[in-house]
Amino acid sequence: MVIDTSTVGLVEVEEGTKILPPNVIITTIDKVANWSRLSSIWPVTFGLACCAIEMMAVGAAHYDFDRFGVIFRASPRQADCMIVAGTVTKKMAPVVRRVYDQIPEPRYVIAMGSCACTGGIFRTYNTVQGCDTFLPVDVYVPGCPPRPETLLEAVMKLQEKMRKETARWSPWR
Amino acid sequence: MAIVMAKLSESAIKKDPAQIAEKIKEKFPEDVVEITNFRDQGSVIVKKDRIVNICRYLHDEADLRFDLLKDLCGVDYKGKKEPRFEVVYTLYSIRHRHMIRLRAQVHENDPKINSVTPVWIGADWHERECFDMFGIIFSGHPDLRRILLPEDWEGYPLRKDYPLAGPEKEWQGFVEVLEKAKELKEFDWEG
Amino acid sequence: MEQVEKIFETRELNVNMGPQHPATHGVLRLVLDVDGEKIVKVTPYVGYLHRGMEKLGESLSYFQALPLTDRMDYVSAMSNNIGYVVAVEKLFGIEAPERAKFIRTIVGEMSRISNHLLWLATHALDIGAMTVFLYCFREREWILELFEMICGARLTVTYPRIGGVRNDISQEFLDSLYKFTEEFPSRILEYETLIDQNRIWLQRTKGIGVISAEEAINWGLTGPTLRGSGVRYDIRKHIPYDAYDKVDFDVPIGTEGDTYDRYRCRMIEMRQSNNILRQCIEILPPGPVMADAPKFTLQPKDIMMPVTHPTKEHAFFIEEKTCKGCGMCLRACPAKAIFGEKKKPHKIKQELCLSCANCYVACKFKALKIIPGGKGLSDEKLAEMAASAAIAEEIKKATELLVEQFTFIKKGPRVPEGELYVATEVPKGELGFYFVSDGSGKPYRMRLRSPSFVHASVLPRLCDGHLVADVIANIGTIDIVLGECDR
Repeated sequence: MVIDTSTVGLVEVEEGTKILPPNVIITTIDKVANWSRLSSIWPVTFGLACCAIEMMAVGAAHYDFDRFGVIFRASPRQADCMIVAGTVTKKMAPVVRRVYDQIPEPRYVIAMGSCACTGGIFRTYNTVQGCDTFLPVDVYVPGCPPRPETLLEAVMKLQEKMRKETARWSPWR
Repeated sequence: MAIVMAKLSESAIKKDPAQIAEKIKEKFPEDVVEITNFRDQGSVIVKKDRIVNICRYLHDEADLRFDLLKDLCGVDYKGKKEPRFEVVYTLYSIRHRHMIRLRAQVHENDPKINSVTPVWIGADWHERECFDMFGIIFSGHPDLRRILLPEDWEGYPLRKDYPLAGPEKEWQGFVEVLEKAKELKEFDWEG
Repeated sequence: MEQVEKIFETRELNVNMGPQHPATHGVLRLVLDVDGEKIVKVTPYVGYLHRGMEKLGESLSYFQALPLTDRMDYVSAMSNNIGYVVAVEKLFGIEAPERAKFIRTIVGEMSRISNHLLWLATHALDIGAMTVFLYCFREREWILELFEMICGARLTVTYPRIGGVRNDISQEFLDSLYKFTEEFPSRILEYETLIDQNRIWLQRTKGIGVISAEEAINWGLTGPTLRGSGVRYDIRKHIPYDAYDKVDFDVPIGTEGDTYDRYRCRMIEMRQSNNILRQCIEILPPGPVMADAPKFTLQPKDIMMPVTHPTKEHAFFIEEKTCKGCGMCLRACPAKAIFGEKKKPHKIKQELCLSCANCYVACKFKALKIIPGGKGLSDEKLAEMAASAAIAEEIKKATELLVEQFTFIKKGPRVPEGELYVATEVPKGELGFYFVSDGSGKPYRMRLRSPSFVHASVLPRLCDGHLVADVIANIGTIDIVLGECDR
């Protein structure tokens, strides 16, 4: 089908994206890459304590995680996000760091629950006071445990963060 | 295979804690230090030397039959009384439905006691935890090493002189994690 | 042709089933020594979730240590709370009123159902039946919604309190719960239809993890794990607590001691719990829900409400003569409802006020007055009410009570000296609390005897002689939760 571009022209649908009707879209690679990455965040199953049960509840049918494109992967090599759900103890810290190191970039960390954010009510000898002492965290989710809706909001915030990134997909930093 | 629906009914020769304590005192007169009672629960404080014999007697004797070791834990009475540690055995008889508590005294300068794993194999992990938390060594235990804390941890947390938030010197494993995180921080996305 | 003798050498493979694993129900680490597919030895490593609860409990008072118990067996938080509360009540020597006991039985059985649902969901998911996971979570959401209706929290509830429960339950809750008990048996039938007679399920669970009755008792197992082997031991029948001696229920006992029997025990237990719920709803007596023992329990907070939870009905007013014009309240107000110049008395615009009490907290000169029932009144009327003695008295009493309760919670009550071991039947087994009290408000030694710790120790014995896939079935059948195991 031939469209006479001299009469129709480019239509700007949103900031930075133009459409030449009917099917030519002109936009930046950033937008496309970010959109495709944020629509399918695959976290690695990393439930440690009580927050893991709420995470499972989000994955179940009532608060479905799959409609956000979020599928839990067992192996860190196939994931791109890590939801640290629960208390991180000093015995577990090397394991957490190792799993994080095994996730290929670009990778994100959501610290779910008070214990993962700051150590929670456990100010004891074996509890790490927040997983951000040894991990770079992107989204903090407070709550003990946070409601499933809160975790969904956290994933949406992470999606917002991903949307604004530039050249994260590229080898040039 | 059938599932038997049981309405558990009374059967058995239930003994009073005082009677059980009397029986123990009769059989092992030099080992019993004190008998206490609080809220209908009897407690027998014994010396630690023949603890395995006492436990075996309690396990095998026909009208006592303490077959379930409910709990084995340690208590640190630092400053409150001598001897400093006590290992507390909570025993229950499923057949006769009575309960007794044995408290074996362990001195600070000789924190060793015989393991009761020959009598109840379930004491295995409880004793490991007691060793982990208090430093009481159980002789004859099949595999005495730390269970809840990392194996190279220093110090015994549940002792009264151990600080709650941990000692100043961090566990080496965690220090390594922090150092590695600092090293790899330069590769983090600045965004 | 020559015959060459080759010497075959086989070695055992050491496989690490790490703390991060989709099927280990938390952070359990297993090191498997396998010979091909057969297990030679299993060594469990626990402690990856050791948070130091026992030591933490020694530095908190009995009231403050209650939320710690929620986080132990986080799947059925109500039962842990009930266990703790029953033990502490016995230690204090007080007794909860009848209605509170029945309510605790109700929530205890609801939490038993929700625990068994999660157990079934994860056990079946590990063995491969994924639909059961989604079905069980559907029912579990219903129960969590009911929990939210009672006390506002879904998972870590802290609803049973020392001396009774936190607040009374509404008729709406009882109606919804009754509807649940009518529907639930048909749902259990759904799960059973999916897996009970399924060939794969039977092959994966029959004859797996067999343990005889004497051995099970010797290992210290309790709960359905023990009852599957034929031992008749249930604390609700042996040493009844709460309202268990007033309701009629059966306890299923298995015969073979394998995974399939333990599974059947738990399924029947769910039906029996449903039965108990129906009976409790019918015979629930009226009355108070907190014991009348002011030295050992926390008093209701109604009198403190003007200060702790000011509502829209409360008006906030700045007294002209005491106000120094420092501007602290102006800065603290999130609605920008305070206006005034420096060193001159400030004023609050009543229409914009949100009743958030930020200004009350910020004022150091006690110029801010809270006036209950003062919303919408004019400034002159408010000035008059602020000056009146009755309102001032009310606020003063509220503040005093607040401070008193604060110190009571921090210091704890005066408890008789002694030691006590009390056990309750939580869904996983027997949860025991051993308290040593030295007369102060904090426990001298708080020992938590958790069933999961003992059950995790029996894993090597259960996996003896089985295949690698049976390890997963065994982990499911002993029903451990690492928060409880490691404390």
